[in-house]
Amino acid sequence: MHDLTPITALGGTSQRIDTVGDVCLTEMPDVALASVAARRGKEARCRAALKPLLNADAPPPGRTTANAPFESIWTGPDQWMLLADFTTHEDIAAHLKSHLADTASVTEQTDAWVCFDLTGPRITAVLELLCTIDLTWFETGDAIRTSIHHLGCFVICTETGQSVRILGPRASAGSLHHAITTAMASAL
Amino acid sequence: MIIHHPLLGPRDSAEFVYLGAAALMDRPDPETASADDWHDYAYLRDNPAGPHRELWFHEGGDRSILIVTRDTTTHEITDVALARPAGAQI
Repeated sequence: MHDLTPITALGGTSQRIDTVGDVCLTEMPDVALASVAARRGKEARCRAALKPLLNADAPPPGRTTANAPFESIWTGPDQWMLLADFTTHEDIAAHLKSHLADTASVTEQTDAWVCFDLTGPRITAVLELLCTIDLTWFETGDAIRTSIHHLGCFVICTETGQSVRILGPRASAGSLHHAITTAMASAL
Repeated sequence: MIIHHPLLGPRDSAEFVYLGAAALMDRPDPETASADDWHDYAYLRDNPAGPHRELWFHEGGDRSILIVTRDTTTHEITDVALARPAGAQI
């Protein structure tokens, strides 16, 4: 019998929280992820099948949906990333596949990404140092894939000027964490 | 240089990777192409001083491949389109 200890992307047994000034960076280990790519010729059926799962239309370019249990991000033409609570939806890929059937290719992404929430009244100053997003227009529900220290990341605006969620490659979780905390220390 | 992505709006060219001339999409038919056809496809390129259709991969973005028409003498971009055939459907 194995006796394994679950660890977070940063290697801890619980989420890492860093606070600089009034901005807080929180590692979010309990996020289940799966990508959904509509198959050619079945895009409309895929959107129709997604609608009841998202309780909304599949998001257009650069946008998200935030209705429980599945949040979604537009990631490319006819392609989305879906997020859910890991404690209730560990089997997110199988669950989605059972609903989407042959209209889409579903790939589990949970262990491919590290998730951070960056919150506080001065996150704009931090993000300005990290990425090329035009923060003037970055509003609640927007999501942009961009490069942070040469790492391809999704940045999701959960509250304009107050809160963003950052998804980055899990294998580089330490580097991404270092980049963000360094920017926090510089900007705040 | 700013590339106006058809779906995502103006994006910095640093997010993109240059993939060569757009003529590369016209690959010879493997069933009928001669050795000369493959030689031309693999090695011969036009080198225009002026408008040039080229492929740019949005690596730091939505991973789509764009056909960008760029003036090689001024870097002015006159047209940007998605390379995927179903590009009209978002």
